[in-house]
Amino acid sequence: MWGLPPAARGFVLCVVLAALACTVPVLTDSVTPWPAVTLLAVLYLGCELVRHCPLPGRRAPEGIGSFFPVVLAAVFLLPPAAAALVALPGGLAATVAQRPAGVRRVWHGAQQSLGAWAAGQVFGLLGGPAALGRGPAAGSAPPGWPADLPGAMLPATAAAAVFCLVITALDGGILAAAERRPAATTWHGLVPLTLAAHCVHGLAGLMMAVMWRSPYGVPAALLVLLPMYVSCWVFAQYHRERAAHQATIRALVQAVGIKDRYTRGHSERVGQASTMIARELGMAEERLEVVRFAGILHDVGKIGVPTRLLRKDGPLTPQERRIIELHPEYGHEMVRGIGFLGEARSAILHHHERVDGTGYPYGLTGEQIPVLARVVAVADAFDAMTSTRSYSRARPVPTALAELERCAGAQFDPAMVRALTDAVGRHGWHPAVTSDDDLQVIGDPAPAGVPGPGVRGPAARNGQGPAAPAPAAPAPAAPAPATGRDGGLRPRGARTARPAARTALGALPAQDAAPPGADGPGSQAPAAGERPGRDADGAGAGA
Amino acid sequence: MRAAGAWAVRGAAAALAAVGLAHTLWNGLTEPGVALAFGALVTVGELARRDRPGAPDHLGAPLGSAGALAYALLGRNAGLPTHHGVLETVAVVAAAALAGIVPHVARGCGPALDHLSRRVLTVAFAAACFQPLHHSGRLEQRLGQGPYLVVFLLLLLVLVALCDAVLAAALAGARTGRPYGPLLRDGLRAQLGIGPAICATGVVMALGAAAAGLWAVPVLSVPLLLTQLSFHRIAAIRTTYRQTVTSLARATEIAGYTPPGHARRVAALSCAVGRELGLSERELTVLEYAALMHDIGQLSLVDPVPDGATAELPAAEARRIAGLGGEVARQTGVPAEVAVIVERQADPYREQPAPARIVRVVNAYDDLVGANRHPGGSLAALEQLRLGTGHDYQPEVVECLARVLARGGRGRVVPVPPG
Repeated sequence: MWGLPPAARGFVLCVVLAALACTVPVLTDSVTPWPAVTLLAVLYLGCELVRHCPLPGRRAPEGIGSFFPVVLAAVFLLPPAAAALVALPGGLAATVAQRPAGVRRVWHGAQQSLGAWAAGQVFGLLGGPAALGRGPAAGSAPPGWPADLPGAMLPATAAAAVFCLVITALDGGILAAAERRPAATTWHGLVPLTLAAHCVHGLAGLMMAVMWRSPYGVPAALLVLLPMYVSCWVFAQYHRERAAHQATIRALVQAVGIKDRYTRGHSERVGQASTMIARELGMAEERLEVVRFAGILHDVGKIGVPTRLLRKDGPLTPQERRIIELHPEYGHEMVRGIGFLGEARSAILHHHERVDGTGYPYGLTGEQIPVLARVVAVADAFDAMTSTRSYSRARPVPTALAELERCAGAQFDPAMVRALTDAVGRHGWHPAVTSDDDLQVIGDPAPAGVPGPGVRGPAARNGQGPAAPAPAAPAPAAPAPATGRDGGLRPRGARTARPAARTALGALPAQDAAPPGADGPGSQAPAAGERPGRDADGAGAGA
Repeated sequence: MRAAGAWAVRGAAAALAAVGLAHTLWNGLTEPGVALAFGALVTVGELARRDRPGAPDHLGAPLGSAGALAYALLGRNAGLPTHHGVLETVAVVAAAALAGIVPHVARGCGPALDHLSRRVLTVAFAAACFQPLHHSGRLEQRLGQGPYLVVFLLLLLVLVALCDAVLAAALAGARTGRPYGPLLRDGLRAQLGIGPAICATGVVMALGAAAAGLWAVPVLSVPLLLTQLSFHRIAAIRTTYRQTVTSLARATEIAGYTPPGHARRVAALSCAVGRELGLSERELTVLEYAALMHDIGQLSLVDPVPDGATAELPAAEARRIAGLGGEVARQTGVPAEVAVIVERQADPYREQPAPARIVRVVNAYDDLVGANRHPGGSLAALEQLRLGTGHDYQPEVVECLARVLARGGRGRVVPVPPG
């Protein structure tokens, strides 16, 4: 509590006091239906606690959210003050993910109490209780038989909406007070979805109230909760499966990461930069996701490149470079079975094409290159320049953007470069760091055992950068330029390329694959004229 | 014999539906409004179903099932008694379900006959247990309109669920030729998932319509409809998930560590063996993922193992690679059991979990056959495996593999849907 800013502390205190003020009248009121209040409160508490005790075989998924139908049924069945009391214990027992837990629990309890009270007032004002029938004590005829369900639906939905709005507003308020976020941004985007969810909970609560009042009583009311609970459960399960799936996508990248440690953080950052470009170009939200996957997975084909070559620390022979240049086709071969990647698959295949037609694997030009491939190419080069690799130091963002501009038209699509420049200008470049390993790769300019970038920096940079004057030997590279001119999405060369790579590898002389670190700075000098090894994977515009 | 059983079930369902329809056409509907409301619900439930190859049947149309059960158990509408009988119930449900599958059939992906037969028979069973008691007034005398009725309906639905599980096992047994025991177990376990929600919705819909009129029907169907939508999304995610895991499994092939198709072959054959050994669907999924990923540890090697055949490596080396594979598998978000299987695949069989024994045997078999080192191919490989049953390979699994191979057994494996 005392760790919070004073404004937040005051806000929490006010809300708690307000909640108490709403709840206290119930204690003095003589007509409070205590059995119903107790039963509903225990029920809500149970719904919150059931998450902590694992059911046999399966655990409740994370993020199942609070289970509001019970609270809303209490709102419909009881006077507002009693409903506020029902919400209290469940709110106090709600799962809290972050510290300080105590304050958060109290906050949840008070917040839900206030929400329930306000919803109860609205339900009463709109004449809901009358439509529902006024409880067993009120009439002599069989009460609530039959209930006026259509008449009760409008007040019930309104009450659920008010409950949702009160809770969202209080959440926005506390975020504004505690973290100084503008309240408007925390509310925006939250409301429509949560509102729909609360209305569904409201309808379930209404049916629970109707059954509670009907002659079938409490057992039937409890049965209403079961489908609703299963529904929430399955929804949360969906989110968990989605997360698992995303983890698998990451695993594809990490599989490359096993062979080439630099790849992992690089992939995430290229995904991020690609998304920035795509958003700037005004692509639809679903397509942005595809773009992100294209960026993350663009180098997945490096799995097919022999580890010795990826880890090789000296200059590469033309033969070795040709093998590395097969990686877009390996990548496409790997992911072509994954349906939802859609366009991203062609982006992976073509991300080393150049607008002037000297790229690989097919030497496509201009518009022939798929849009996403052009996006990823720019993002790839941008991240390669702005992050530290074992052979070159990171460059400042403006320098990198200037280099990209310079190469626009020859290597990159100018529209994409402009989009990246605009996006970075507007939002800045904040690369997400995904793991400690990446932190080390990004942050530590001279890892042990590898010659520091300062030693051979100039040489490497000369060869790599887009500034390189007329990159040497542009394409002994493209293995099948003639077949690919149609801009087709399927690599005709992909199947045949694999055995070729094997034999090419077999032909490599053993001493070519010298262990990293064996060659000193001196031996790096020739790299100036020729592109240094990893350029072939092309991050550098010279590739 | 099995096929005859399945046809008996289908024939009974068809005969029942025909009699019901004839009876209803002859006599007319007793309460057209009620029949229309519940019929519409069943139709909507069928329309909203999405069948996917490999998905268990019961996930198909929970809303349709619940609506049909509710109509079978409906005793009152807005407080007034209803009068529809067993045959009318069957007729309405069958007609509505048929109407609901028309678009599916038009698109060429209609649900199997079995699903409809099950629906008709379970509804007939539920209605036959409830309607006569209700119409004769004995139910009202004994239990009244109160909480006891709820309990009675719940018990009745437990019976109905059991009946449904037995029917499903019989039909699936005829279709797949698997033993009934595991099928029934699978069926009952599947009922534990969405089953209670369907039953609860059925009961509460019947009671809700009694207490508040037909308005309760759409309101109460919302949670199940949402559940159904979530199921569809989960099924879609699982499909892409399978595709991704398969791609990941192919990484070792593309990297040149294992021969082409090795992971896929091992997965298919492992599943066939697992099925023969009576594993449940969930265990089979775990087994399949583990088999797909079993070689992934080789990615950490700087130089490939000759021919990717881990079976003939020194035990310590094989175990080290397996351990590396477990680490990778752990990061992929697959169930934790998968990583354990991958990790333990090279241990002596007495120390292994059961699925890992299958993976070990099948992997060794594929390594031995695939490399063509045995002119006798399959037989010689099996012979070599039998020689290793003292320490490395579990004898039962090896024999089971021999049986599966004798049947030519890779046939009935669900293929990965194309991307």
